[in-house]
Formats: sequence, structure tokens, C-alpha cells
Amino acid sequence: MKQLLQQIINGISLGSIYALIALGYTMVYGIIKLINFAHGDVYMIGAYVGYFCMTKLKLGFLPSLFVAMIICTVLGVAIEKIAYKPLRNTTRIAALITAIGVSLLLEYGTMFFVTANVRTYPPMTGILTRTFQIGDVIISMQQILILIITVILMILLQFIVKKTKIGKAMRAVSLDRDAAELMGINVDTTISFTFAIGSALAGAAGILVGMYYNSINPLMGILPGLKAFVAAVLGGIGIIPGAMIGGYLIGIIEVFVSGYGYSLYRDAVVFAILILILIIKPAGLLGRNTGEKV
Amino acid sequence: MGKILDSRFGKKIIFLLLTFVIVQILISTNIINDYLQATLATICINIILAVSLNLITGFTGQFSLGHAGFMAIGAYVAAIMTIKIPTFTSFILGTFLGAIAAAIVGFLVGLPTLRLRGDYLAIATLGMAEIIRVIFLNLEVTNGAAGLSGIPRFVNWPWLFVFTTGIVLLINNFLKSSHGRACIAIREDEIAAEAMGINTTKYKVLAFVIGAFSAGIAGALYASYFYFIKPNLFGFLKSIDILVIVVLGGLGSISGSILAAILLALVSTYFQSFPEIRMVLYGLILIIIMIFRPQGLLGSKEISLSTFNKLGKFFVFERGRK
Amino acid sequence: MNIKKYSIIFALIFVVLIFASCSQTTSKNNDVIKIGVNYELSGDVATYGQSSVEGIELAVEQINKAGGINGKQIVLIKYDNKSEPSEATTLASKLMTKDKVVAVLGPATSGAFKATIPVAIQNKIPVISGSATADDVTVDKNGVKEYAFRICFNDSYQGTAMAKFALNHLSKKKAVIIMDSSSDYSKGLAENFAKTFQEGGGTIVAREAYVKNDTDFNAILTSIKNKDFDVIFIPGYYNEAGLIIKQARGQGINVPILGADGFDSPVLLELAGANALNNVYFSNHYSSLDKSPVVVQFIKDFKAKYNKEPDAFNALGYDLAKFVANAISRAEKIDGESVKKALESTTDFKGVTGTFSIDKNHNPVKDIIVIELKNGVQHSAIKVSR
Repeated sequence: MKQLLQQIINGISLGSIYALIALGYTMVYGIIKLINFAHGDVYMIGAYVGYFCMTKLKLGFLPSLFVAMIICTVLGVAIEKIAYKPLRNTTRIAALITAIGVSLLLEYGTMFFVTANVRTYPPMTGILTRTFQIGDVIISMQQILILIITVILMILLQFIVKKTKIGKAMRAVSLDRDAAELMGINVDTTISFTFAIGSALAGAAGILVGMYYNSINPLMGILPGLKAFVAAVLGGIGIIPGAMIGGYLIGIIEVFVSGYGYSLYRDAVVFAILILILIIKPAGLLGRNTGEKV
Repeated sequence: MGKILDSRFGKKIIFLLLTFVIVQILISTNIINDYLQATLATICINIILAVSLNLITGFTGQFSLGHAGFMAIGAYVAAIMTIKIPTFTSFILGTFLGAIAAAIVGFLVGLPTLRLRGDYLAIATLGMAEIIRVIFLNLEVTNGAAGLSGIPRFVNWPWLFVFTTGIVLLINNFLKSSHGRACIAIREDEIAAEAMGINTTKYKVLAFVIGAFSAGIAGALYASYFYFIKPNLFGFLKSIDILVIVVLGGLGSISGSILAAILLALVSTYFQSFPEIRMVLYGLILIIIMIFRPQGLLGSKEISLSTFNKLGKFFVFERGRK
Repeated sequence: MNIKKYSIIFALIFVVLIFASCSQTTSKNNDVIKIGVNYELSGDVATYGQSSVEGIELAVEQINKAGGINGKQIVLIKYDNKSEPSEATTLASKLMTKDKVVAVLGPATSGAFKATIPVAIQNKIPVISGSATADDVTVDKNGVKEYAFRICFNDSYQGTAMAKFALNHLSKKKAVIIMDSSSDYSKGLAENFAKTFQEGGGTIVAREAYVKNDTDFNAILTSIKNKDFDVIFIPGYYNEAGLIIKQARGQGINVPILGADGFDSPVLLELAGANALNNVYFSNHYSSLDKSPVVVQFIKDFKAKYNKEPDAFNALGYDLAKFVANAISRAEKIDGESVKKALESTTDFKGVTGTFSIDKNHNPVKDIIVIELKNGVQHSAIKVSR
């Protein structure tokens, strides 16, 4: 029982990261129907920005988080303007190939500048090193921090999407771009804004991972990126609460698969879930089974 | 075959034989040394992979990101066969068994997933290739992540040539047939194709199976030529490598794939000491081509003997070129 | 169109790079001895390759300064195999057929090294690795691989030594193994550790596995935590081992942790943090705590050239180059076959990583060193002889 609880805590920490990345995927897919392959790499860039803020600029955790989110926002918008916007009216395959290209460019461009070697975050100090023991279950301050930051960002996101004018515009564009345009919504700005928010969340996830595992490398974004995408599909792509639920589910499933001795099949299980979902219920857990996705 | 005029067919044969003999002479006089031969093998294997992926993605319009998975199956089956029984017969048998195994997996995976469209299919095939890789990573007979080493080499230039031209001609003829036209119709408009009475699922699966079969053969050639395979050689990046060739050459151009395979092999040799730059370059190629010329360098055009005849030349390129 | 401009600029940069990269000059001079260097300078295990090459270059610089081998200078021809075995094969054959070297050093890892052996046998040029530790590198069921040599101990020896260390030195009887299933190095170590440990009366309580580049081991650690064990063996590389140690200590698992030469890197300390690196032991080829004159001199020279502490791969690379140079100086003629014979007959070579002879399986006979870490620094080094 206590082992089960401990595993769930492990799963939630991991799942928070997936959820944060999955949100970006799901919003971008919802609005321009593009699997933004480079999203995982924006997360990687976030981790590196955090690393340089903490080691070179000697900033604290929260300022670094802030800087990482801002730089990722700029990067996300730039990617959208340079690579995706010219392709908005071509085939989806063309856009997807471009996304793969951007992803390669970010990964190996980063590798070119900072080398392929693993970088390590500086050791955390003060309150961040504390751990709490409740019964036999151990929770570290870092795990709590990850959860708190994730929840705050998600609430913020829900607020933006549901209560603000730009959020309304985002929902309108994702429902019907042409109609939204006719209603006087500036589609370009809205799409850029979506990229901005998604990238900021990915940047936050990057620095949280850097702090939690303290090991980062230029290719670190590939696998979490793909898994976050699986999470987004699992929850129902284009649906924000779905991405959160999907993220936490994937995190917990992964932890249980490795906790019960099958750690080597962990990735295979995640991809098998993806294929099953795509075949059985392509709209995802929260999605309605209509033809609107195709 | 009857559709191809006798004279053109004859020229084709002469051209292929010439290519073969010239390269063979260069090899036996050691002008093409061991190192260049390895590049030659890479080119041939990449041609098979690119042409077969082009059949799936370029001609039939089904975006697959899992081609390396099929290659892995062929490579492992052939490698295990030739390690167990190191004879030439066993190599040929292993190659075909590997290709058939890849085709069967292609069929099994293709049937359900091909209901998906566009980007969903891409992700599903990517997932499938990852699952194949993880399975090879954990099997006893494949020696896990360490991979298989000491695979006997049976592949040499004549066999590379035979397999490469064989596959290219096979796919080329397939595309020239009514089946091929059906595939292209699906790419252009699936709904319209279906309305015209084309069994879209059948043709999509058929393209998938032929593509997987060819990738299996490419894998077997790779295993036998380079003595060594391991699961990580057949990861996501390998699939991307193949995709880059297809995109660069042109989605829907066989000769484009062939040219791009040669071009990229040469580029890769130049960037020997800077692998990051090679990958950055691949990224740029994908982005720039998609923005400025989404159909690839050659688009769906083909370079053939007649193209050159028009220019008043009588040799150099051929559609079925090595 | 801005993008057009950019693409033209990029294209230009690449053209320049192409020319820069292919302007390598090959010496046609017959008064030099050409040795190939086929290492992992980029890719997954680039750090091993880069470290080895630093050691090799230092050694060759010293040999050349001292007059070379019998008056002939050594020229190194260096290629990067990108940590890919197929690339290693291609480069080995390029070095042997195009550059006409008399011996090839590297690659550093067993898989890539093994991939070059068929080429070596075909061309009758020896290949020698400083760090390929897999058991079947130099010898397999078909016998000794004629043209393959190494100067490091093998995995079975290392695994066995650590099991004996746990049983006899630490008096532990119940072990958990957490291995990297994506590396045959790790698998070989785990197998041999388990075998010796069980023969010596210990039990293996649990075996867990991970794959390279994993970062989250909490699930595995949680599942072993409630089991009854008194030592953990992690036969893996520092990238993952550092994180496992950190997360294990974080979960309150404080038993001794054992490892092998894959732990040897400053990155281990950065990843795990000094507090976690107590009660940690690992086997290695060499320790900077060693006070023998050869080692002290090597550390001094190395620091002078590179301005940092040498690690085991630096030391192995250094020994490798000296070892091969030594064999070439004793060879009858400067060709692959004679050098091979000279390598086979090496006895009592005095290297930084110990004094060793080459046995009939082309392996060195040498000591192993077990290093204890306290607060992340090397605290003691115990020599365990064969």
C-alpha cells in the first residue's frame, strides 16, 4: 500500500511534466491542426536557458523559471512565424515535415553550440533540498514544487482560455478559422498567442525537469515530446483538460510499468497505448466521437 | 512489361549493364577502394529505402515515419540466419525471409492503422517502429542492445546492384501498372478515388506491404555489408534520414529519390567530422524545401533516357539507374 | 523575402564548411610511421573517445619529442566514427586501405571496436583498444581474433572483482543489481557479479534494468526499497548512475553502492551531488591517488598540457599509444603482421594503468583498483590483484 502511494507520487511528478508539455501540443493542434514536433525541443531549450541562468547568471530558481518561459515564448512565436506560417495553406504532410525539420534544427543546432555532453544543474539549496516523510511515504520539496507550479500554470491557462478575450478568440479560431476571421478575429495574432502560451509552458516544464533530475542534454526533448503527444491524444487532442488528464495518466502508467519490473518495455507500452487509442477511440478519452478531427 | 517499348527496354538493359561493368572494373582496379565501396553500399541501401518509402509516402500519400522499423526486421532476420548458418544460400534465404517478415508486419500494422489519416498515421507508424525497436532490444536471440556482431559478409557490388535495380524496377513497374495509378489516385484525393471504385484500403495496404518488403531487403543488405547491427541503428532518426532523401528528391519521383540518395551520401561523407552540422543541414533542407518547393527538387518529374535523348545525349542517367 | 536571404547565407556557410572539411592533407613521407585513430569524437559516447584521444595525443607528442620510434616520427591520422559501429567499420577500412596505417587505435567502446575487427583481419593490420572491456572482444568461441588487442581488463574480471570486494571486504550478502540493459558492458558486469556473488554465498535479492538516457529511477527504487538487501551494484555509466545514486539517497536508501569503471567521470559528482556520494565504491583502471612515479609524472604532464585532472580514459589512451609505439619499436618490419607479432610478445610493459603483459587471448594481465568515494572525492584506492 505504501509502495503504491509512493509510486503514485512518483507518477504525479513525472505526469506533471508530461501534462505541461502536452498542453502546448494540444493547443497548437487544436488551432492549426499541426503536430508541432519541435515542441519537445522548445522544452529542451527551456531547460538549457534555465541552466545558463542558474550557472552563468547565478539567478535563483523563480527568476530563472521566468526567464526560461519568456525566452521559450519568443522562440515559439519565431518558429511559428518563420517556419509554419508560410505553410498554413499547404498540405498537413508538408507542415509536419517542416515541423520535423525545425525539430532537427533545434536539437542539433543546440548540440553544435553546447556539445552533446550532459549538463548538470547546480545543486539546489535551502528549502528545495528538504524532504518530508509522511508515514512511510517520502515526498521531496522538489516534487511538491513541480506540482504547485504545474497547478498554478494550469489554472492560469484555464483562466486565459475561458475568461479573457484572447482566450475566446483562440476557441473561436480552433472551432472554425474562416468563420472566426469573418467575425473580425485577427487569426494570425491568435495563432501566435497560442504558440506563445504553449511554448512558455514547455519552457517551464524544461526548467522543472532540469531541477528535478538535474541532467539535461540536447536530445532530451525527443522522447518526452513524443510521450506528451501521446498524452494529448489519450486525453483528446485539442481539449485542454484532456491534455492534463492524459499527462498524469501517462506518467502514472509509466511509473507502474517500471515499478513492477517491466521498465524496459515502458516506452513500448506508451506507444502501444497510442496505437490502441488511435484505433479504438481516435477522439481520445474526453473527445466526442464525431468526424470533426478528420 | 508489354507497355514498355522493346527499343527503350533494350537501351535500359544496355545502360544498366554498362553501369555495372564500369563500376566493377573500377573496383577490381582498386580505383574504388574499400572506403568508397562502403559509400557505394550506403548509397544502394539508401536508394532502396528511399524508393520504397516514396512508394508509400510520395505516391500513395500515406505519411509513414516508421520505415526504419521494417528495415530492422529484415536486418535481424538475415543476420540471425547467416550467423547460424554462414553460407550463401542461407544469406539469400535470410534476406527473403526477412523481407517477407517485414512485409507481414507491414500488413498487420497497416491494416488497422491505415484507417488513420495524415499526421495521425505518421505518429502511429512512428510508435510502431519504436515498439519494434524495443522488442529487438529485449529479445534474447537479438542479443539486446549490444546487437549482433560478426555477421558474415556476403554482399558485394554485384549483389548490391542486383537487389537495388531489382527493387527499383519492381516499384517502377508497379507504379506504371493500374495498381500504381490507383495508388496515385488515392494520394490526389482519397474520397474521389473511392468514389471511382478504387478499393482504397487494399491499395494503401498493398503499397505499405511492398514498401515494407523492400525496406526489409535493404536491412538485410545493411546487416550483411556492415558486419554489425543493433536496435538503436533503426531508431526514429533513421526513419527521418530516409524521409529527408525522399523529400529532397521529390515526393513522387523515383529518379529524384535515387539522385537525392547519392547526393546525401556524398554530403554525409563531407560532413564526416561534423555530424551536428549534417543534422542541422537536414533540418534546413526539410524546412527550406517545404517552404519554397513543397514537392521536392524534382517534384513528381522523372529523369529518364528520353529526357537526355531530347538534349541530344545518349547516356548518363536512366530511370532505373543503380 | 528574408527567408530567401537567410537560406542563401546558410548555403554559403555550408559550402565554405565543405571546402574546409575536405582540405585534409595526407603526408606522403616514408620516414614517418602512420597510426590510425578511430574514435568516438561525437555522438553518444563522445566523452570516452575525446578523453582517450587526449591521452593518445599527449603520449605521441612525448614520443616524437624524444626522437620518435627508431628515428621515425609518428603521424596520427584521426577520424571521428560518431559513436556508430558502421561508421567505425568504414573508417577502419579507410585508414587501412587509403591511409596505409600500420595499426589502428580505438574505438573506445566494445561494440564499435568489434565492428572493426573483420576489417583488421582482412587487411592484416592490428586494431588495439584502450577501453573495450566486453569479454568477447579479443576471443570468442571461434578462438582468438588474430588482429585484435586491448590493454584494459575485461568485464568478467571486473564483475568478479567487485563481487569479491562486496563479499570479503564489505561483508555484504544480499545484493540488488540495477543494470543498463542497453549496454553489453553493463550486462556482462551484472552477469559476472551475480555469478561470483552467489558462488561466494551471497544472494541477489532483485535485478532491475533501465535503458540509456533514462532520468527517472524513482519507480524502480521505490519497488526495491522494501526488500531486504545490504548492497546495490550499478554496472552502468556515470550519466545514469549519478542520477540513480542521487534518487536512491533521496529515498533514504543508504546501503553501500558499488560500480565499475563507468563511474569514472567528474559528471558523476555533478549529477549525484557530494552528499549522496558516500559509501560508494567502484573499480577502475587507475587512480590519481596512486603515488608511483609513472603515475605522478603522467598526472603532471597531463595537467601541463590540458590544464585538468586526467581520468581513466585519458590514462588508458596514454598507455595505449605508448604500448603500440613500444611494439612498433620492437617489430622486425613496419607492417601490420610484424607489429601484430610484436604486440603479442609484449611482456612487463610499464604503464600508468599498471604493469602488464599480453596473454594468449590478447588481453593484458593487470591489477584492478577499487576506489572509495567520500563526499564525492576519491578517498582511498585499494589494489586488487588477479
